[in-house]
Amino acid sequence: MSDLLKVENLKVHFGGGKKLWGGNKGSVHAVDGISFSVPQGKTLGIVGESGSGKTTAALAVLRLVPITSGKISLGDDEISSLEGNELRMARRRFQIIFQDPYSSLDPRRRSGDIVREPLDLMDVGNPAERDSVVAELFVQVGLRPEQRSLFPHQFSGGQRQRISLARALATKPELIVCDEPVSALDVAIQAQILNLMRKLQDEMGLTYLFISHDLGVVQYVCDEVAVMYLGRIVEQADRRTIFSHPKHPYTQALLSAVPSAKRLDGESSNRIILKGDPPSPIDLPKGCSFAARCSYAEAKCHDEYPEFIETSQNHRVACHLIK
Amino acid sequence: MALLEIKNIVVDFATRAGKARVLDHVSLSVDPGETLGIVGESGCGKSMTALSILGLVPSPPGHVTGGAVYLEDENLIAADEARMRQIRGKDISMIFQEPMTSLNPVFTVGEQIAEGLRLHENISPAKARQKAIEMIRAVGIPEPEVRSKNYPHQMSGGMRQRVMIAMALACGPRLLIADEPTTALDVTVQAQIFDLLTDLQKELNTAIILITHDMGVIAQLCDYVAVMYAGRVIETGTKKTILSEPLHPYTQGLIACVPHLEENPGEERQPLMEIEGVVPPLTDLGVGCAFAPRCWRRMPACDEQKPPMTDCGTSHSVACLAVSGEGVP
Repeated sequence: MSDLLKVENLKVHFGGGKKLWGGNKGSVHAVDGISFSVPQGKTLGIVGESGSGKTTAALAVLRLVPITSGKISLGDDEISSLEGNELRMARRRFQIIFQDPYSSLDPRRRSGDIVREPLDLMDVGNPAERDSVVAELFVQVGLRPEQRSLFPHQFSGGQRQRISLARALATKPELIVCDEPVSALDVAIQAQILNLMRKLQDEMGLTYLFISHDLGVVQYVCDEVAVMYLGRIVEQADRRTIFSHPKHPYTQALLSAVPSAKRLDGESSNRIILKGDPPSPIDLPKGCSFAARCSYAEAKCHDEYPEFIETSQNHRVACHLIK
Repeated sequence: MALLEIKNIVVDFATRAGKARVLDHVSLSVDPGETLGIVGESGCGKSMTALSILGLVPSPPGHVTGGAVYLEDENLIAADEARMRQIRGKDISMIFQEPMTSLNPVFTVGEQIAEGLRLHENISPAKARQKAIEMIRAVGIPEPEVRSKNYPHQMSGGMRQRVMIAMALACGPRLLIADEPTTALDVTVQAQIFDLLTDLQKELNTAIILITHDMGVIAQLCDYVAVMYAGRVIETGTKKTILSEPLHPYTQGLIACVPHLEENPGEERQPLMEIEGVVPPLTDLGVGCAFAPRCWRRMPACDEQKPPMTDCGTSHSVACLAVSGEGVP
């Protein structure tokens, strides 16, 4: 299967420049050289803790933050070099669903207009038919067409996320980036949205880049998972491998920290408790950024950053100790 | 004897849309050294239960219409404000959900921990400061002397939540109420906080009421569980019964609709079970079971009466007509 999205050595650094009283300001290495690809019709999950750079990576793929270096291609077209109107028109091919459905919909516009707006802006289809397109989209995401005239505050959280989904689908995109699409929703509503997203993927052949910190959700939705720590991918593998045979010490710690209703005895014997907080992304340590919290770290780990290598088929890890 | 016993408490809110019954005859109890988990969706009354224990129901619009909260022999509902101020922070303390907003930004964390000690225990400012530093050390923050002089904005989310815990435990409370203590935190930090809570509980024999929406958290920390829906307790039992043999359709749905992390996932991914619809508005609950409109075991009798809590096994009660067998045609 061909890759729809291909990201090569993407870097996003924020800040830098001179301080007022001399000296250089440190720059935040939010994303520091990541590469991945997503096959057509599949879902890649990016997991990591807050500050790991997963949202920045997603925004960079959508060209919503300035890219420091690297190459992003969608299908055969490079999108990292597009500017101005070309970029704007390319946006119909990639859309986003945001985390918080309460702040990502304009409270003063009717929901039908919100979904119609991308059609008008991108000049998709015939203006006279757009209203019926919107009505179809409403049905597709499980809303009633007559709800088009309601305002966002008249919907519940789950329904609002359905509107976001309809808006993202309006331009018939190939790629949808989902930035924590269910973490603001109640548990009972999450299931409805996740099932809907998978149903739409099956029907329309959508490709998702799925950002989440909830590993249960990622396990359910994604085909492949990349784990990020401080701006870099430390491990990437297909869904079954990464959850059953995690190799990187950070992935192991992350998985063992998730409280699961399936572990009834509470304390599971193999829980790994990480000490301390992650280092600041402004002055990253020279070696592996996880070395300070890693219980296996050797001298080499503090000196040089490990390469991201393929250890077995479709399983890549950045750790000196794993060959 | 139970340390805290909530008996049939009723809380009403006056809203523009009419009277909303936020808590409807809620009864719960906790023993010393035990952890009770309260689960449910937003708006089901979890946090309001906690606030009613501490006498903090916002009034107006809220009003405790009936029931009692016994801390050993004392009814806290009848206690006056002066007495409640002695109890809060001393006998019962609370950890709030947001470590970002529940600390005062203009005082150092050391001062904030010492404040409670100064109010409740008759000790000198220097002693209180010393004790605050000890508490900061006890919750596992490195360099407690330096850290006690930090302001909240100088700390990470996990550290702030540790400070909240230090503050809550400073006076050695008999009951600790933790309202979603880790929702704002990352999983690895959450694991650290849970270990800390369990250790401190063992040491001080504190009872904990833990409010959460995450069944995984329940599995890890709680002894007993109460499931709430639309202001009522609908099922109670030990952690094991609730998680492995839930009886109420809502509890079953709540467990089945979350994708639980598995160590060895299979190739097949069944669609998640969905609970249709949303929680009904509390102003408009009707006479029947509040869950009936979303329930797949709904019977005509469900729309006519609120199901009473019935025992079904040792320390397992459920409020559902379909389960208890009443009204089955």
